Amino acid sequence: MAPNPFAAAVDAGSISGPPAAYDYLSDRVFRILAYAGAGAVVVLVAYIVWEIGGQAAPAVAKYGIGFLTSTTWDVGNEKFGILPQIWGTLYSSLLALLIGGFFGLFVAIFLTQGFLPPKLAIVFRTIVELLAAIPSVVYGLWGIYVVIPALRPIADWLHETLGFIPFFSTSLSGPGLMPAALVLAIMILPTVAAISQDALHLVPFKVKEAAYGMGTTRWEAILKVFLPTASRGIFGSMVLGFGRALGETMALAMLIGNANQITLSLFSPANTLASLLASNFPEAGAVEIRALMYAAIALLAITLIVNVVGLFVMTVAVKKQ
Amino acid sequence: MNAGCKPGAPGRALAGLITVLGLAAALAAQGARAETVQGSTWLQGAGSTFAAPLYQAWIEAWQGRHKGSSLTYEAIGSGAGINRFLADTVDFAGSDAPIKDEQIARIGRGVVSVPATAGMIVLAYSLPGGIDDLKLPRDVYAAIFAGDITRWNDPRIEAANPGVKLPDLGIAVVTRMDASGTTFAFTSHLNAISALWRERGLGVGTSVDWPGSAMQVKGNEGVAQRIKISSGAIGYVEYGFAKRLNLPVAALENRAGKFVRPSAEAGTAALSETADTMDERLRISIADAPGAGAYPIVTYSWLLLYGHYDDEIKASTLRDFVGWGLTAGQSMQRDDLSGYIPLPANVVAKGQQALATIR
Repeated sequence: MAPNPFAAAVDAGSISGPPAAYDYLSDRVFRILAYAGAGAVVVLVAYIVWEIGGQAAPAVAKYGIGFLTSTTWDVGNEKFGILPQIWGTLYSSLLALLIGGFFGLFVAIFLTQGFLPPKLAIVFRTIVELLAAIPSVVYGLWGIYVVIPALRPIADWLHETLGFIPFFSTSLSGPGLMPAALVLAIMILPTVAAISQDALHLVPFKVKEAAYGMGTTRWEAILKVFLPTASRGIFGSMVLGFGRALGETMALAMLIGNANQITLSLFSPANTLASLLASNFPEAGAVEIRALMYAAIALLAITLIVNVVGLFVMTVAVKKQ
Repeated sequence: MNAGCKPGAPGRALAGLITVLGLAAALAAQGARAETVQGSTWLQGAGSTFAAPLYQAWIEAWQGRHKGSSLTYEAIGSGAGINRFLADTVDFAGSDAPIKDEQIARIGRGVVSVPATAGMIVLAYSLPGGIDDLKLPRDVYAAIFAGDITRWNDPRIEAANPGVKLPDLGIAVVTRMDASGTTFAFTSHLNAISALWRERGLGVGTSVDWPGSAMQVKGNEGVAQRIKISSGAIGYVEYGFAKRLNLPVAALENRAGKFVRPSAEAGTAALSETADTMDERLRISIADAPGAGAYPIVTYSWLLLYGHYDDEIKASTLRDFVGWGLTAGQSMQRDDLSGYIPLPANVVAKGQQALATIR
């Protein structure tokens, strides 16, 4: 090791000392580990994409872009298309985001803006975050045995009285888009609520003081000052919640109904990409596996786009503050 | 990104804990199983969900008497069962679709297919208002599954059910998602009886391209469960699965124009007239059972065995087990197994002959 550049600068009697060899070593090792860890993540993602892409390549070559725009999934005749699944994935996730995003944001406002004593707010926050700890399959069962029966009378009424509106054009037989979206909304609620809370917490105290100093009411301050200030972080939370909804598998496989149709009706069964993969993969033959890999690539691409956008928004939001 | 990690953290920790506990439990179970199996044979089968409850009952009863051997049967669907059989990852498979010649050709050590049971495919449904005596003419149920009749109060259904107040409700068709022998038998039947089905080119197979609005579910039990939790649903399952969940089943119009409800007599009547038409591999497809009292949709279910096993004990155990199933196993007295039809005597004899060739 080179002579220690700091050694000469230190007084003999000083209690401070130059970095020892051990300090240099631990610093170097930590740095190497950090680089290796970061590199491994990138390599892992690249490897997964490469591996799935490699297995999907024959299907991509055979079915081309038509795979994304056709509607048949017929293993017997080797005809594959995933448009209904893409539609179902985006539709159910958007619905979930509408519902979950709305409630998540309000939970965040409720817990950060002094409506509750701070200690109680922490308890509530923990409870909301506990929602994220419930296994997906439990959500699915809950959806089947609680949400669907509870939803049925409302859905029947909507269908009977407002059946001319495309959204209510079919009756709810059981599993379908609406029960799936409702459960999905609850599943993304902790993500949206937690990140929105962080964003609202990051609103500088000076801004709050200034707002109240101007004589605003609490709601004026929240709606016109704090929310716009935290808007980028909140938007980021929505995007992350949307990304989570896109990839959710088990609960949706149990609740969406697995029907390969494109429909606007909230009560008819549909299908999603993740559900298609989970349901068909375990016993698929060689040809179907390639098609499923292609579908996985499509799902990966959709999720990637959403997450990149979300990450970008988050980064910008953090920089601004 | 710190903020992004927070919400998932307790969830992830808990999930990790659950995984670890589950893994430990699985390892413990593995260890326990390995001990009991030591010094004996362990035979693995997979396939048909249609016949699975019967096979499970056979295995239970058989293992009670033969302590040394251990059999397992995994209900994964006929198509998947045949795939595993072809890939040589099981010792035997169950299928309600007869094995194809090109599949037999792919297996070097020979295939013995033994009809092990037969059963009725029923149309189970769930309708509000406790309707449980629905009658469906043949053109009507074909049209329902082809996607042509979409509402329960369709005039064609109402015409066949005078006096029944049918609701103004969409029909939710439930079909199989996985490759299934039940689907094969059912589509063979629809293809035989319905010009509409043939025109649509929906065809016959272990999986077909169902109309888009059909909900697709895995396994007989999955279909039955989906019908149970839905309102206005109809689907095709083996009779016992409908019974187990107390689902009402439709009386179907048979070839003679009579409406027949599934029953042991109606099933036996359907089998008796066709038993002599099996080919040398004991395959047969009863697309449309003849006879005035016969239930129209019946199918055999086969056990697929290899012609040769390297392990002599495996071969003899399978010979004993399947032989026992063909005789004593035919009349298991259990209410939820009453949907299975005991094989006619001449079919049992043919099965035993085929079984004896296994080495």
